[in-house]
Amino acid sequence: MHRTPSGLTLPSPSRRTLLRGIGGAAVLGAGIPLLSACGGSGAAADPKTVTLGSKASDPVPKKAFADIYAAYKKKSGITVDVNTKDSNTFQEQINSYLQGTPDDVFTWFAGYRMQFFAAKGLATPIDDVWQKIGGNFPEAMQKLSKGEDGKYYFVPLYTYPWAVFYRKSVFEEKGYEVPTTWDDFVALCKQMQKDKLVPIAFGDKDAWPALGTFDQINFRKNGYDFHVDLMAGKASWTDAKVRAAFDLWAEILPYHQEGAVGRTWQDAAQTLASKKAGMYLMGTFVGQQFTNPDDLEDLDFFAFPEIDPAYGQDTVEAPTDGFMMSKSPKNKAEAVKLLEFLGTTEAEDIYLKADPSVVHAATGADTSSYTPLQKKAYEMISGAKSLTQFMDRDSRPDFTSTVMQPALQKFIRDPKGVDSLLSSIERQKKTIFASS
Amino acid sequence: MTTDIAKENPEAAAAPPPGAAPVPKPLYGHRRLLTRRDRVTLGLMATLPTILHIALVWVTALASVALAFTTWDGIGFDSIHWVGLQNFKELFEQNPQFWPAVQHNVIWFVVLIVIPTPLGLFLAVQLDKKIRFSRVYQTAFFLPVVLSMAVIGFVWQLVYNPDTGLINSIIGANEPGKYIDWIGDPDLNLWAVLVAASWRHTGYMMILYLAGLKGVDPSLREASAIDGAGEWQTFKNVVFPALRPTNTIVLVVTIIEALRAFDLVYVFNGGAEGTELLSILVTSNIIGESSRIGYGSAIAVVLLLISLVVIIPYLVSTFRKERRA
Repeated sequence: MHRTPSGLTLPSPSRRTLLRGIGGAAVLGAGIPLLSACGGSGAAADPKTVTLGSKASDPVPKKAFADIYAAYKKKSGITVDVNTKDSNTFQEQINSYLQGTPDDVFTWFAGYRMQFFAAKGLATPIDDVWQKIGGNFPEAMQKLSKGEDGKYYFVPLYTYPWAVFYRKSVFEEKGYEVPTTWDDFVALCKQMQKDKLVPIAFGDKDAWPALGTFDQINFRKNGYDFHVDLMAGKASWTDAKVRAAFDLWAEILPYHQEGAVGRTWQDAAQTLASKKAGMYLMGTFVGQQFTNPDDLEDLDFFAFPEIDPAYGQDTVEAPTDGFMMSKSPKNKAEAVKLLEFLGTTEAEDIYLKADPSVVHAATGADTSSYTPLQKKAYEMISGAKSLTQFMDRDSRPDFTSTVMQPALQKFIRDPKGVDSLLSSIERQKKTIFASS
Repeated sequence: MTTDIAKENPEAAAAPPPGAAPVPKPLYGHRRLLTRRDRVTLGLMATLPTILHIALVWVTALASVALAFTTWDGIGFDSIHWVGLQNFKELFEQNPQFWPAVQHNVIWFVVLIVIPTPLGLFLAVQLDKKIRFSRVYQTAFFLPVVLSMAVIGFVWQLVYNPDTGLINSIIGANEPGKYIDWIGDPDLNLWAVLVAASWRHTGYMMILYLAGLKGVDPSLREASAIDGAGEWQTFKNVVFPALRPTNTIVLVVTIIEALRAFDLVYVFNGGAEGTELLSILVTSNIIGESSRIGYGSAIAVVLLLISLVVIIPYLVSTFRKERRA
């Protein structure tokens, strides 16, 4: 036991050491994260390294991306330092991530979501990259990669279309034909119902699948331009054209699977896989739910039927993923070179070898190893006059998530209340789009 | 709080263990015991938490009150625009989810206080009788409290899943025509979630009451038994009044549970129609790629005001009691 000069016995070797220890720990504990949070002035950038922020956290895409970077290192000697975050977290934090000290290059989506951050000055225009890679992409992709200011901000890597999926064997067995017009489509739904099938599988628990249905009906009925204006907040939701789209939707709602708001899209996919449902409107990633190879073989799709002959089936909903450059990359010269590489068919080929659920964004890609579904998807996209990106990528995400998702969930349960619903959407839209 | 005690009374921390040999008290006061370094350290120990508390609790709370009168997308400070009461006006008049959310928070509280709380009390009284296997029952009822709300949400989702869930599979309600959509139907889903919430709350209340019952003086019961009171009379006239302090805690805990209800519903169906809650509205407006921080803050301020209305009377009465004591 220690004895202090005053003669007091201390229970521990030294109370002071202990206090100092605790105090020190508190200072360190509080200080370090604060410092590192503020610090943008790290070590000077390594000229042989490009940093890349990735949202590809699922195993299949993660490996596919890693293959690309490995090939790039072999080719150029430049290391791509990947910083992978869980994809939902990445999306939720993108705001503060881009304002803090982002990586040189980051994975992102084409369309409004890209334009939003470009307009906020959080991305570097990459027109110089596009001078090299421009020839690799069809016009629709070029259009998708530009910001509102007409400069390029985005390098697309892969894309996938939305379409109506069905089982070939079911159509053969019952003698159904692929509908190309609205009337055929409704007639087919009626026939399926008679045959004790759920005509259209539907699960909207995650609130986004219904956005896809609205997109299809709206651009088929009102055309691409109106759809884009509506998404950009320029057209009114109380417009008779929008009402007409909802009326069409209400017409086929009775043929949708019951209780959609309580069902996930994966469970809805299972009803198609088990042949209880006849059709399913979804992105091609629905194939991931077909775990049995024979079922996958049996899966096919057709483009959403024509509603107005003036627009035909010329618009395809094809969300596109790719890369952007952050606002002040530490190693800009190398980041530019990396993006040039990512914009080649070579990089896309490497990606698709490991992840066959999507298709090339570039033209002239090697489609020899494509599955029949991929081939069809690729043709559908390359033949499209206009590409859309899905409602939450074509419009302000705060509007789609806080207004449209609950509104459409309400509509699919109670289609009669559409008028008050649309005026409520329009009122909320005005304040949101006016806010910044 | 502990630092305050240490500062005022440092020898308390340094006091010898009770079993040690008596030590002559120092002749002079304890002040000289504190060297300069001690004082600096103790000062740091008091100021650092204070700074952290102010920065993380008060500054953020006041900042979100201030932000409630602005619009801000969270990108750069120059995009903050003052809009006055616009957010609140929009919230009260235009947001179709706001009033249902307030209503559901109230329903949440009423249900918790009416169903699981008496049930928890009942279980506690039964277990307090030292019946056989009382430990086993106690563990079984308390188990849900140990699980996180998110896990409870996942578990009950499996029960309620309209296609493959336990209930619909047993009663055959997953076929067209007889379909029951526990998660999506706005007339059902709140009650479905509340069953899950009550399942957990019962165990929580049971433990609180069990602790309260252990504190009831056994001689009171004996006295009432001698006076010839029956079990119910003893409980009504002797035990329950003695549980008054526990009841206060239970009330406060339940109010807090109702106001902070979030995780269970968020996992269950993300606050779709029928289960909107204030906390979920705050989250869905603030978190995201381009967020409406001003608007979300306005909802948070409403939640804060409701909490204050509940908490201030409680604090006032508690402090009054302490002063009396």
